[in-house]
Amino acid sequence: MTSYLMIFISAIFVNNIVLSQFLGICPFLGVSKKISTSAGMGGAVMFVMTLSTTVTYILYKAVLVPNNLTFMTTIVFILVIASLVQMVEIILKKLSPALYGALGIFLPLITTNCAVLGIAILSVQKDFNLLQAVCFTLANAMGFTLAIIIFAGLRERLARTKVPPALQGTPIALITAGLLAMAFMGFAGIGTH
Amino acid sequence: MSEAQKNKTVSSSLPAMILSLTGVAVISAAILGGVYQLTKEPIQKAKNAMELAAIKEVLPGDFDNDPYADRITRTQKDGRNVIELYPARRGKEVKGIAVKSYTNKAFGGHMEVIVGFYLDGTINNFKIIEQKETPGLGTKVNEEKFSGQFKGANPAHEGFKVRQDGGEIDAVTAATISSRAVIDAIKRAHKAYRKFNAGK
Amino acid sequence: MDKKSIQNLTRGLIKENPTFVMLLGMCPTLGVTTSAINGLGMGIATLFVLILSNIAISTVKSFTPEKVRIPCYIVIIATFVTVVELVMSAYLPKLYAALGIFIPLIVVNCIILGRAEAFASKNGIFQSFLDAVGMGLGFTLSLTTLGLVREILGAGSAFGWNFAGTEANTMLLFIMPPGAFLALAGLIILFNKYIKRSSD
Repeated sequence: MTSYLMIFISAIFVNNIVLSQFLGICPFLGVSKKISTSAGMGGAVMFVMTLSTTVTYILYKAVLVPNNLTFMTTIVFILVIASLVQMVEIILKKLSPALYGALGIFLPLITTNCAVLGIAILSVQKDFNLLQAVCFTLANAMGFTLAIIIFAGLRERLARTKVPPALQGTPIALITAGLLAMAFMGFAGIGTH
Repeated sequence: MSEAQKNKTVSSSLPAMILSLTGVAVISAAILGGVYQLTKEPIQKAKNAMELAAIKEVLPGDFDNDPYADRITRTQKDGRNVIELYPARRGKEVKGIAVKSYTNKAFGGHMEVIVGFYLDGTINNFKIIEQKETPGLGTKVNEEKFSGQFKGANPAHEGFKVRQDGGEIDAVTAATISSRAVIDAIKRAHKAYRKFNAGK
Repeated sequence: MDKKSIQNLTRGLIKENPTFVMLLGMCPTLGVTTSAINGLGMGIATLFVLILSNIAISTVKSFTPEKVRIPCYIVIIATFVTVVELVMSAYLPKLYAALGIFIPLIVVNCIILGRAEAFASKNGIFQSFLDAVGMGLGFTLSLTTLGLVREILGAGSAFGWNFAGTEANTMLLFIMPPGAFLALAGLIILFNKYIKRSSD
């Protein structure tokens, strides 16, 4: 039980996927101007990531490893993710137009979100069993959502302050992200002893 | 895009879509299969070379066998982690043993170490072969200032701990956890080495 | 070379620099640039994939129906990434280990799919090649610069040459994650102020 708890604490705080592992930086910088949109992005990522890691994990252990095809990992995983995203989009459109309205615009962006492919690859590299892999993925997706929502909150505030001209736009966003990463460094070392 | 160019592309009919996707997939599978066959052997060689280089670095000088080829593998109780022993021989006589060991108590979690022992169990040298420590802090355990203290030390000895724990080893400044982790891995290696010695 | 070719070749260097202006491929940019060598290695690996995929996509563009265009491109790009992965782990195992997960992640680097969509799918093979070289070099240059700055400030060395000595107290922050954001912010400010303005 504690090992599962540790997976969550470590993935959300200590090794935050965005702020310390640098996965999913593009949506982190791109879709973080408003809290509401960033929460939508977080939800969509959580959904797709958990689904795709479950599929890729089973595929990896059941097909790629027994057939000695592990060198095909990258190409198989990205195809699975791309087609899953397409399928989710189609199904969501039919079944739940409300949810589609909320998540729909983020779905195409997720295929090229390196956090999704990155976590799929990391969970098979880390020697997890299926349940651990799913927990690891969910925890990382939660870490992503937490980081992007905090960051969006900061940027909403920032939009109302006077920023020196040289720092306007990207530089101040990056500096904010740097300070946020520094704050998360305070969690370092938790769970090693 | 000009109109003329646009008209040149194939229409999105179902057969055309299936045909082009299959075509692309077949060609890429062929390329990958070929490259995989070509690089299979060099990849294995590169892996072995890295391990062998680390083994040679930690073992006492004069041996004439290939310790990596003569390795003995011991799976740990948890069924996952593995300790490997690489005996160095000159003729029939065992000169020393390198042990690949691990710890899960490092700052970045898992860390793998190769330690070279003399026959009496004292350390000749060690090398960290896999780690995820903080660059510039935890990674300093690989530097001479820290690793030099281990030359000639015996892990069975009472003082084989960092100073903070009442031992004789100076931990790397600001990286006590990484330093403790190295000691933990070496102790595990020493235990495996003693078992190997007793069983022989 | 005519004017158009020169334009395509140099576009990626400053005017549409993928890192400092377009902010593409941020994950590897921040993730691997703890040293100049890592930045250079990552840049060259990306350059290589970019050239191959731009050429391949420009070649097959007229055979791929509109609706399956993106899936075809992804298969092509993933194939070349795997080729680079295999070749690197065979012949540059140390660099491969240092770059880790970011090598397979070249597949989802927005620069590559972006250039495929915006350029290679509309232009001839030679022009697409020039575009890939320019963009790839722009990316490599930016990553190497960022890596160099972080290595000098954070580790007191440049391209592995330690000029500050092992005892120096360096600004470790710069090789840790927050330093990546801060160093990039600083470089973008300087780039906007001095390089971009003077080239306009």
